[in-house]
Amino acid sequence: MTHAPAHADLTHLKADFPILGRVSHGKRLVYLDSAATAQKPTAVIEAMNRYYREYNASVHRGVYEMAEEATAAMEGARARIARFIGATEARECIFTRNATEAVNLVAHSWGRSTLRSGDAVVLTHMEHHANIVPWHMLAAERGIEIRWIPVSAEGVLDTSGLDRLLDGAKLLGVTAMSNVLGTIVDVRPLADAAHAAGALVLVDGAQSVPHLPTDVQAMGADFFVFSGHKMLGPTGIGVLWARAELLEAMPPFLGGGSMITDVRLDGFTPMEIPWKFEAGTPAIAEAIGLGAAVDYLESVGMESVRAHEIALTRYALGMLAERFGDRLQVFGPADALARGSVLSFQLGDIHAHDISQVLDQEGVCVRAGHHCAKPLMRILGVPATARASFYVYNDAADADALADALEVAEKFFT
Amino acid sequence: MSGLEDLYREIILDHYRAPRNRGELPVPPANKTEGFNPLCGDEVVLYVELDDDGAVRDIRTSGHGCSISQASTSMMSAAIKGKSRSDVDKTIRAFKALMSIHEARLLPDGSPGDSDGDDESADDVNLGDLEALQGVVKFPVRIKCATLAWHTLQQALAP
Repeated sequence: MTHAPAHADLTHLKADFPILGRVSHGKRLVYLDSAATAQKPTAVIEAMNRYYREYNASVHRGVYEMAEEATAAMEGARARIARFIGATEARECIFTRNATEAVNLVAHSWGRSTLRSGDAVVLTHMEHHANIVPWHMLAAERGIEIRWIPVSAEGVLDTSGLDRLLDGAKLLGVTAMSNVLGTIVDVRPLADAAHAAGALVLVDGAQSVPHLPTDVQAMGADFFVFSGHKMLGPTGIGVLWARAELLEAMPPFLGGGSMITDVRLDGFTPMEIPWKFEAGTPAIAEAIGLGAAVDYLESVGMESVRAHEIALTRYALGMLAERFGDRLQVFGPADALARGSVLSFQLGDIHAHDISQVLDQEGVCVRAGHHCAKPLMRILGVPATARASFYVYNDAADADALADALEVAEKFFT
Repeated sequence: MSGLEDLYREIILDHYRAPRNRGELPVPPANKTEGFNPLCGDEVVLYVELDDDGAVRDIRTSGHGCSISQASTSMMSAAIKGKSRSDVDKTIRAFKALMSIHEARLLPDGSPGDSDGDDESADDVNLGDLEALQGVVKFPVRIKCATLAWHTLQQALAP
């Protein structure tokens, strides 16, 4: 049996994830759905427990010791998260519930205060619904036009008509990594073209931040969104990063406590950023948990995470091709260097739902469906795919278990 | 019996591999109705031609989806073809009872509970092959796959 090269071997990390010790239907749990949500290392679980056990208090309020500890922990997490994505200032990172809420914040605040009837927003065919529907909602309200960068048969963006699409556009919204195809998008040239056309650039990093080194400045983003739970952190916490001057010019999103410096009978004065956009008591434990996830990923090293996933993806693609030949079709780029560790596939004419049902009985967790990317699924010409996705805690044995389970599915349905 | 074989009974796989009444009918006299399951992308298309008295003179099906949705469509078409309207209504009720009663009354050990018998019209219908689909109730997320064809049929029969 071939294995991933030793230099990228992170197998020892498995022990850091207590859930991977459980069994499912009597089999070893093989978790291959990290593109939906990642498992959590003990360090993240313990960081959140410690907050609740030792210093649970509201932030930015009390003058007592615990409140100061909670505030320092949350703001410390913000600073480390900012550094992790290459932001120059912590105040440029707004805590949201997830990437979806972050896009909605941009659409609601920047979009509604900036876009006028006839303005264009350019998106791509491989966006997640999170970076489509908020703009559809704004289009219905404001009469803006949505234009689309198409996807080629190889699963990469076809930018041949980019200049025409960007002509008169106010925003380019693009994913840094497709959650269906795994395609890694080279954002920088797209951002340069958008900026030359006078458009801002919103990058959806929900799939890329967990798996690739991230530098929001180098990629030329103006807005950058991601979710905590896909990068070993908890659910309920995500981030909008944007350049400070953009955030300062934008009106608040949600109104309420924490986001004001003064409230009078005739109006209010908002806080400075980032708190202007963080109304109400925030997800304190979750922010601390995300900070712990960032610490964990930095201790592994994002270059090592990437090297591990390239090796594992390359192994899986080769092994699956060897064992299933033409019967298994993997969507997206064939080169592991051009893609993340997301493998969407079709096996013969077996429906993705039936595949995932059989895999479940074998202890193998994959996603089946349209992956919240229905426009892309229509272009691929499939109603649904099964999707296996790898992360730091997966290894060649997990890929082999996937293949073994797929053989069971084939026997069952043919 | 493993859970999988409970879900994928041989008769279900037979209907999936060799679906009955596959095809289209001219519209009119038939009507065409489409049903979608947005979660998994199942699609059921029914062509139903009714007699003047509402009996199902002919039915054809198309669409695509998982084995459960497509087998259920095939079995449904075979079960109602040529039936009077009242027999069709009884079959629909009986099938929905098979799905929903068991869904609502799963015992702690995971086995289906007894029908409470308040739906008399459902009790005296022999569902035949369709009984094979009762294994689906142990897999709650798949129930909507099994019921899609039936919801679509109800749309087709709506006045």
